Amino acid sequence: MALKGNLRDFNTTQLLNLIHLARKTGTLTVESRNGTARLCFKDGKLIYAALDRQDGRLADVLIRAGKIRPEQLKAFDLTHLQDDKVLGLKLIEAGYVTQQDILNSLRAQMLDVVYRLFSWNEGVFRFEPDLQALQNRIPVPMDLENIIMEGARRLREVERLKEELPDLDIPVRLTSRPEAIRKVQLSTEEWRVISQVNGRNTIEQIMRRLNMDEIQIRRIIYGLLQAGLIELGAPPPATPPPGVPARGPGSGVSRSVVEKLINYFRRL
Amino acid sequence: MQAVKIVVTGPFASGKTQFIRTISEIEVVSTERRISTAAERAIKDQTTVAMDFGRITIDKDLVLYLFGTPGQRRFDFMWEILAEGMLGFIVMVDSTRPETFREARNILDTFRRYAQTPFVVAANKQDLEDAWDPEDLRIALRLDGRVKVLPCVATRRDSVKTVVLELLYSILEELSASQR
Ligand SMILES: Nc1nc2c(ncn2[C@@H]2O[C@H](COP(=O)(O)OP(=O)(O)O)[C@@H](O)[C@H]2O)c(=O)[nH]1
Ligand SMILES: [Mg+2]
Repeated sequence: MALKGNLRDFNTTQLLNLIHLARKTGTLTVESRNGTARLCFKDGKLIYAALDRQDGRLADVLIRAGKIRPEQLKAFDLTHLQDDKVLGLKLIEAGYVTQQDILNSLRAQMLDVVYRLFSWNEGVFRFEPDLQALQNRIPVPMDLENIIMEGARRLREVERLKEELPDLDIPVRLTSRPEAIRKVQLSTEEWRVISQVNGRNTIEQIMRRLNMDEIQIRRIIYGLLQAGLIELGAPPPATPPPGVPARGPGSGVSRSVVEKLINYFRRL
Repeated sequence: MQAVKIVVTGPFASGKTQFIRTISEIEVVSTERRISTAAERAIKDQTTVAMDFGRITIDKDLVLYLFGTPGQRRFDFMWEILAEGMLGFIVMVDSTRPETFREARNILDTFRRYAQTPFVVAANKQDLEDAWDPEDLRIALRLDGRVKVLPCVATRRDSVKTVVLELLYSILEELSASQR
């Protein structure tokens, strides 16, 4: 099933949140004026990220990170340069780099790509359930929660925050998956907000209590929401406007009426 | 004669009129009018400015009315009138147009304020190649696991029937829970 759209309508943070929660496996491609980004995911974890064609190759990544010099590659067979796993082993064997160097450089390069993607306001995206972009590359699994939180911290468009969270008069509750919180590195401010989340306090109350401004609280709540740490509680039932009775579910209608309807539609 | 009603809501061009038309026994009464803005015209050539109205006679004592809300915000004064006394509601979403998801969520929140009746979300236009999967839609709309997000093709009778039935099951469940 297609997962297509434009970052204008569904931004990078939301996309990563979706991939994370649905534990998706596949490749996200985003095309924009800024270039083409390719991100691979396995079971909801980021495992590879590259910007434009060559950017994600181990040789390029290590050279950019200053871990190897281009001359050092001359000693290798060209076929080794194709497959990053083979190349990585050869480089370790030759004593040029350690395994840790490779992992750290790849992680840094992945973060660099994702954080750049966060700044794109526009771009056509599609998610496909294959991992072809990963061919000859080394997958390095990274949890998305921290990346999503960081993306929200970097979100600068206040308008966007308002659109995503139009109403501050809503209680927030902790997620039903508390283990998620342990994995995330939160700032003190974010912890302070978390400590006020109890399913009763509304966003507005938390803002007042912590003496935060609206933009601050929106950004933090948005990040926590997208990282899957908190959920919005049901909005408090507004006092119904005059003339609209506050009806409980199906009140005023009897069971037998609903059963009659069900029988009718079953036969249809 | 008892009359009950179900409301079909959702963003502009999500398929509300089609949904009601597919299942109604009468020609859907909708006060349709030529669309004013070019942007709206680009999406479809007619839109509802008042509301859709469909009827299904269940038996000689019971009739079900289906009301479609006008999707555009400028008509949302109609919503609370429509919401009054409804059994439940269906939120139609065009699964191929992520640019409307936020609006769908806002409409849903607004409706829930008018009445705390059961509802289901219909992930419509699942016959189109670009349709998002209902489970992806659930996350995009930030709906928790208890909310039914149902695949739907509003042009197909069996699909519309399934969505209505799922809503009725939810209504029955709520009734049983409140009687306990
Ligand atoms: N392919 C497809 N088109 C649909 C479906 N439902 C509605 N449409 C089309 O989408 C457009 C908008 O539908 P309409 O019912 O007028 O939307 P409304 O504004 O919500 O009442 C129309 O051209 C319909 O024919 C569907 O399930 N599949
Ligand atoms: Mg219509």
